[in-house]
Amino acid sequence: MNHEHILSRLPYSQPFLFVDELTEVNPEGATGFYRFPEDAFFYKGHFKENPVTPGVILTECMAQIGVVCLGLHLLTQQTTEEAARFQIALSSTEVDFFLPVYPGEKVKVVSKKEYFRFNKLKCSTEMYNAEGKLVCRGKIAGMVFLKDTEV
Amino acid sequence: MQDKEILERLKKIVTPYTQEKSGLEGFNQSTDFIKDLQINSANLVDVVLDVEDEFNIEIDNDSMDGMLKVEDAINIIKSKRAES
Repeated sequence: MNHEHILSRLPYSQPFLFVDELTEVNPEGATGFYRFPEDAFFYKGHFKENPVTPGVILTECMAQIGVVCLGLHLLTQQTTEEAARFQIALSSTEVDFFLPVYPGEKVKVVSKKEYFRFNKLKCSTEMYNAEGKLVCRGKIAGMVFLKDTEV
Repeated sequence: MQDKEILERLKKIVTPYTQEKSGLEGFNQSTDFIKDLQINSANLVDVVLDVEDEFNIEIDNDSMDGMLKVEDAINIIKSKRAES
């Protein structure tokens, strides 16, 4: 599937879609971008009077670009019928954070496949800010598979 | 390789993934990876990858599906080693 196709098949919608653009997807990894809108829902409470993007949201952004988009590419290269059966469950995250991301910032996520075996896709992922500085980095894994079609 | 040696090496492999540590005390042939050790399916994949490295074998999808208990793993390891 091409990049646009993968984006259109992502199983997320607003306000929990954290992918704007994919610039590279191949069997070994994925690269994409996301800009955190100033009016995103979590800034109201994280933190009071001091909006900073929560670490769990940065992790989610890395997972959506780095693991889910890559998983879609690996599993559903041929047909939209396959894409409709695509299922994912996050299985583990281990992330270190280095810099804050403020409302309106655009980030780049680069993900490299560590392995894809027995439906487990494990990636090492990194996020960079617009200045190219490392925001966070870690290992994220998910179970990805195609749901059996009902007979 | 004796079953006992495989068992000991397996125990070393599963230890970091085991949530229910008490399940390791009586670790034997009938230990169930999921029920007794509370290893989840995602970590069971890592166990299998570590088993491949440790015993220098390749485990296929069918074998993976049948790996519920320690004795299943031992049988798979022995048959794969015999093949190579």
